[in-house]
Amino acid sequence: MGILVRRVGAVLTAVLALAFWHSAAWADFSWNFPEPVTPIAEETLKVHNLFMLIITVVFVTVFAIMLYSFYTHRKSVGHKAADFTQPNSRKQWFWVIVPFAVLLFIDYIVFGIPAYHAIHMYEDSKTDAEMVVKVTGSQWKWQYEYPDEGIKFVSVLTTPREQVMNQAPKEENYLLEVDNPLVLPIHKKVRFITTSTDVIHSWWVPAFGVKRDAVPGFLREFWATIEKPGIYRGQCAELCGKDHAFMPVVVHAVSQSDYDAWVATKQAEQVAAAASAQETWSRDRLMALGQEVYGRACAVCHQPEGQGLPPVFPALAGSAMATAPFVDGNGNLIKDGHLDRVMNGKAGTAMQAFKATLNDAEIAAVVTYERNAFGNAANDEVQPSLVSRLREAGQ
Amino acid sequence: MSTAETHAHEGHHHDQPTGLARWLFTTNHKEIGTMYLIFAFAMLFIGGGMILLVRAELFQPGLQIMQPEFYNQLITLHGLIMVFGVAMPAATGLANWMLPMMLGAPDMALPRLNNWGFWILPPAATLLVTPFFLGLAGIGTGAVDAGWTMYAPLSVQTGWGMDFAIFAVHMLGMSSILAAINVIVTIVNMRAPGMTMMKMPLFAWGFLMTAILLILIMPVLAGGVTMILTDRHFGTHFFDAAGGGDPVLWQHIFWFMGHPEVYVLLLPIAGAIPHVLQAFSRKPTYGYKAQVYGMWAITVLSVVVWAHHMFTSGMPTTAQLYFMYSTMLISLPLAVLFFCWIATVWKGSLSFETPMLFALGFIILFGWGGLTGLVLADAAADPQYHNAYFLVAHFHYALYPTTILGVMAAVYYWLPKWTGHMYDEKLGKLHFWLAIIGFNMTFIPQFFVGLAGMPRRIPDYALQFAEWNMLSSIGAFILGASHLVFLYVVIKCVRGGAKAEAKSWEGADGLEWTVPSPAPLHTFDTQPVVK
Repeated sequence: MGILVRRVGAVLTAVLALAFWHSAAWADFSWNFPEPVTPIAEETLKVHNLFMLIITVVFVTVFAIMLYSFYTHRKSVGHKAADFTQPNSRKQWFWVIVPFAVLLFIDYIVFGIPAYHAIHMYEDSKTDAEMVVKVTGSQWKWQYEYPDEGIKFVSVLTTPREQVMNQAPKEENYLLEVDNPLVLPIHKKVRFITTSTDVIHSWWVPAFGVKRDAVPGFLREFWATIEKPGIYRGQCAELCGKDHAFMPVVVHAVSQSDYDAWVATKQAEQVAAAASAQETWSRDRLMALGQEVYGRACAVCHQPEGQGLPPVFPALAGSAMATAPFVDGNGNLIKDGHLDRVMNGKAGTAMQAFKATLNDAEIAAVVTYERNAFGNAANDEVQPSLVSRLREAGQ
Repeated sequence: MSTAETHAHEGHHHDQPTGLARWLFTTNHKEIGTMYLIFAFAMLFIGGGMILLVRAELFQPGLQIMQPEFYNQLITLHGLIMVFGVAMPAATGLANWMLPMMLGAPDMALPRLNNWGFWILPPAATLLVTPFFLGLAGIGTGAVDAGWTMYAPLSVQTGWGMDFAIFAVHMLGMSSILAAINVIVTIVNMRAPGMTMMKMPLFAWGFLMTAILLILIMPVLAGGVTMILTDRHFGTHFFDAAGGGDPVLWQHIFWFMGHPEVYVLLLPIAGAIPHVLQAFSRKPTYGYKAQVYGMWAITVLSVVVWAHHMFTSGMPTTAQLYFMYSTMLISLPLAVLFFCWIATVWKGSLSFETPMLFALGFIILFGWGGLTGLVLADAAADPQYHNAYFLVAHFHYALYPTTILGVMAAVYYWLPKWTGHMYDEKLGKLHFWLAIIGFNMTFIPQFFVGLAGMPRRIPDYALQFAEWNMLSSIGAFILGASHLVFLYVVIKCVRGGAKAEAKSWEGADGLEWTVPSPAPLHTFDTQPVVK
């Protein structure tokens, strides 16, 4: 409530300040793009400032001409109407042509030439690219993959639900914070490849000046060379369903040595995860991991207590699928069984193929959890090694 | 142009049904025009009410009054209703009322088609919003929620509100096409003797261009939504890469309709505004021919620039260059129109009654909408604006001045002709200033919050966007309230007021001002002759 009062105060002060033009009251308002940290963002800001200046000058000039006319040519001061309907002399023709010549010049010289070069710069993601990151959008998370380093992870929003529902005070990076940020080295040209697993998303970090759609079934690309270390935040920019507002992008730009250290840690984590997937897990261990995975990957649709949001998002509590067998006698996946649905999703719905975004242990754990939570009593478990074997078998 | 003889006989030779049947079966262009305008105005309150709920939710960060699922339905319906339920019917209503009177024709060329065209609208609108109210009652998944652009595959994935929207779009499109056919036939065949095409009122030219565009683009949209329908239910894969389709194909289809649609909404207003300017400047329209050719140029160019809505979707560099440069080209014919409008006012004998205020408000605010459009045309800078609030602010500066301020200018201008009374000038001006203050207060903040990085179509936002959003929400409610003033002015004007003369405005010119006010049900049974 305190924040609300402060904010209403700020807005009211700003409205008053408009009358008295007092700049301090506008401190909470931002007026332009964030500070650019890539060549594209710098170019965009430069072009943007130039364009805005020009169109503002054009607007103010024309507006001033109109205001002059409103004031001078009033009937109430006895101004008599002229009756011209077209240019009649060479001089008048000249003044008719001038605005259009100016406009042509602005369009195709002042705007057109820098834009030509900027487009070529924007689209050249290949020349001198030093590393590749694949960005995959899914409802409602981003997956980042470093093909050369063999690193792959999912990045989801960490802002607690209580803050969204106004039951807890909102913190500084409200809605712009994630569990696993994308980590990139500075001064390196990064070539991004984007795609999606379900609907169209759009990856956008304003400080980088880039936004590109992630289109399912297609690859799109763009690039960024970050010049300054820091934490940069952005959001999905294409309506992608219910939680479109809740899939932020967070990038940590670090020095090359910090980046190398991070890569080593990440690789070690993945090796450990792969090794542990071959162990036999106890039910308790699966349930503990499963609950955590469920919370970040499933609860948004199927709800924390598994009650779902029918008819779009079915309930898992009491679901027949979640207690029926999931592999057949030969150890193959049963089509449309529980494990198949989690691994491969359901076409044409928001249920995605989680084998693309969760590792073996996570899939095994979450399926085990769903079969033995919310009053479901399948009383069985899925071992990570089974998921690993099915994955290798292309199922 | 004496028509006194005609008027002596008005109303004698028709038996009018009364009550509901009168409105259901009417083939009279004035009655149908009235129904179109009332329908558009009712939809303005529905679509406007929805967006006020949205602005209330966005008043501060956090989810206060609704969940994201519901929010997405509101923004989607707001867009569809405002474009197809308000802007187009309002323009068609104006055309129905005024075209025959301005051309010296007794009625529209195809009166029964006219009746049918209108009566498709209410069922179509009902179809569109039914799932919304069913959803409120707990039945089904609610209305279409994929945005008014209905991008595949989201629109393929979403609930059955989308199916309702698809059929609603079919019907709305059919209604538009019928109206367009009627306008074209009327303009081509029913002009008064002596009124050549190049002597025709600019309003007729504007709507003729709109009608041509509608016939060109609405079938494309109808085909597109049908493809979504078959993707949803009949196993086709037009927009699914897994089956050989392409989601971006939908965007091409949609914007092939969607971009000319902007000019569908603009051109009737661009045609109507010169009449208002000329009347209150007491000076003939400047550059009639230039305006006609300008409208032609806009019409032609409007169908070859659509992909500038898709710069972030990914397309070849050459395609980006083409769509950027062709988009910039539209600024030239638009500048011709602006130049002529301003030159009409220049050195006139100006007075600022409500229609003039709205017309000038349209020119100034639409001017800013057009200039920001030039900035968005830059394919390299566009990604920073695209799908951010900067874009939202830009297209509201393009569409609100056109479809609301422009229509208001026309309505206030012709209201005395329709009702036989002068409206309340003080309240009209109050309406204007409330609308201007509310509109700018709503949308100026959106430019800045967009530059700061706020994406559109989100029900909740990061804290740095909070101040601008609060300001914007306050503005939206002022803007909403201005339309209540308009409602009151119109009711008051229909009920009574100073008697309007046949020529209600000192500087008014055109055949419609030769018939009495209010215009009798039948006008020009004998065609006037234009010299």
